[in-house]
Amino acid sequence: MARLEARGLVKSFGATTVCRGIDLEVADGEMVCLIGASGSGKSTLLRCLNLLEPIDDGVILLDGEDISVPGLDPLPVRRRIGMVFQTYNLFPHMTAAENAMLAPRRARGVTREEIGPEVAALFERFGLADRMGHYPDQLSGGQQQRVAIVRALAMRPEIMLFDEITSALDPELVGEVLDALRDLRADGMTMVLATHEMGFARELADKVCFLDGGRILEEGPPGEVFASPREDRTRAFLRRVLQAG
Amino acid sequence: MLTRRQQYEARVRRRAMLVAGGSTLAVLLAIVVLVPFAPGWPAVKKSFFNAEVFADTFPGLLNAFLLDVAIFAWSAPMIFALGLVVALMRDVRAPAAYPVRLFAIVYTDIFRGVPVILVIYLVGFGIPGLGLPRPWNSPYVWGTVALVLTYAAYVAEVFRTGIEGIHASQRSAAASLGLTEADTMRFVILPQAIRKVVPANMNLFIALQKDVALLSFIGPVEIFRQAGVYKSLMANFTPYVGAALIFLAITVPATRFADYLLAKQMKARS
Repeated sequence: MARLEARGLVKSFGATTVCRGIDLEVADGEMVCLIGASGSGKSTLLRCLNLLEPIDDGVILLDGEDISVPGLDPLPVRRRIGMVFQTYNLFPHMTAAENAMLAPRRARGVTREEIGPEVAALFERFGLADRMGHYPDQLSGGQQQRVAIVRALAMRPEIMLFDEITSALDPELVGEVLDALRDLRADGMTMVLATHEMGFARELADKVCFLDGGRILEEGPPGEVFASPREDRTRAFLRRVLQAG
Repeated sequence: MLTRRQQYEARVRRRAMLVAGGSTLAVLLAIVVLVPFAPGWPAVKKSFFNAEVFADTFPGLLNAFLLDVAIFAWSAPMIFALGLVVALMRDVRAPAAYPVRLFAIVYTDIFRGVPVILVIYLVGFGIPGLGLPRPWNSPYVWGTVALVLTYAAYVAEVFRTGIEGIHASQRSAAASLGLTEADTMRFVILPQAIRKVVPANMNLFIALQKDVALLSFIGPVEIFRQAGVYKSLMANFTPYVGAALIFLAITVPATRFADYLLAKQMKARS
């Protein structure tokens, strides 16, 4: 059974329909990469999956349980699904360590002392041991994004969503963030990424989904999708992306 | 050794300072030389700028000013707290709490729409008129309440713009971590919003510092009232000039400080 599944997911903002019936399955421990042009619905799909946006039609299943019932309390679901954003979105008035400890403290009622060692271990794991006391504006983009990953992991999520998390970074900082993702992948985390890093997707994804106009036009193992795409639009997209970068 | 560009900039700066200094001096001279030619000058000088009266009344004015400071000191925290509560009330989304929201809207509309002096009269004379026992019949207490009610409405609006000014991505991040709406407001939005609106609130509190003098109309003998007493006693307006100087001594540095905070914030954001 899939850990996380969307069936016929439809999402509109006013008159604009962004997701037009998306079916997606993410198995336990799988890494799924969503690729596609800007505006194809990748980010919106991710935001729907952890209930940041209510969906208009279709269902979302977490371990087979419908979490898209209108009126359902989204908090327990969000605590099980971590998310990292393109623009980091760290809380600027808190140190890196406070950023990571806030949600576990409030959600689980643990004290700083109780959660401290676990959070410190996460900072250590992602090479940020000496940055815990720093404020976000004292950190590089790559460091901020790794703190954002640590912050999400501190909630002990079962699934992680990543929304183009390297797109706002200077090129020389992309590597350190991708390394953090590799680390998570090796650890067996179930992950869904919206990404423009085709090389990374090809190297590590179990499944690649090409989104176009709010639908998944083509999906399959990266070897197939990248090497011999069935659809013309996929081919055209990949050609554009590979030429550019 | 200065570079060519530094030499040029130093030259430009020197010339600018000379011109600014020269023109300021010219204007000052003109005022000092020309004003005494006005026909009423000797009378104005005697009744507004009387050194003897100034020296006699200034210590008493300073003493009366302590009451202004006291009223300011205990109303400011209450304004801050009430303003914050009203701002948060306007943000309440639950349908059952709609009256709370409505109350906040009506409250800010009323107290921002009525002149301070009217609120002071209505609250400061009206409520003691109910025949409450001491000390609840004191115009000093109710006058302060009037100031608090009025200024809290302005401060609430400032807080609200601060809250609305926090980028939606901060709410998204908090929501994705499973924080409740109350926790998001308390730990994520409010601390940032309050810091952001410090300069705007500083300006309101500077205005409050001056408006404390309005309480003199309903009784408390604070500096403006005291100056009026001296004026009547000595048949001379110099005490008002002394009072103005005392206000300036507080408000000018405070205004500069608010400007400095604002400039610092602009720089940090760019």
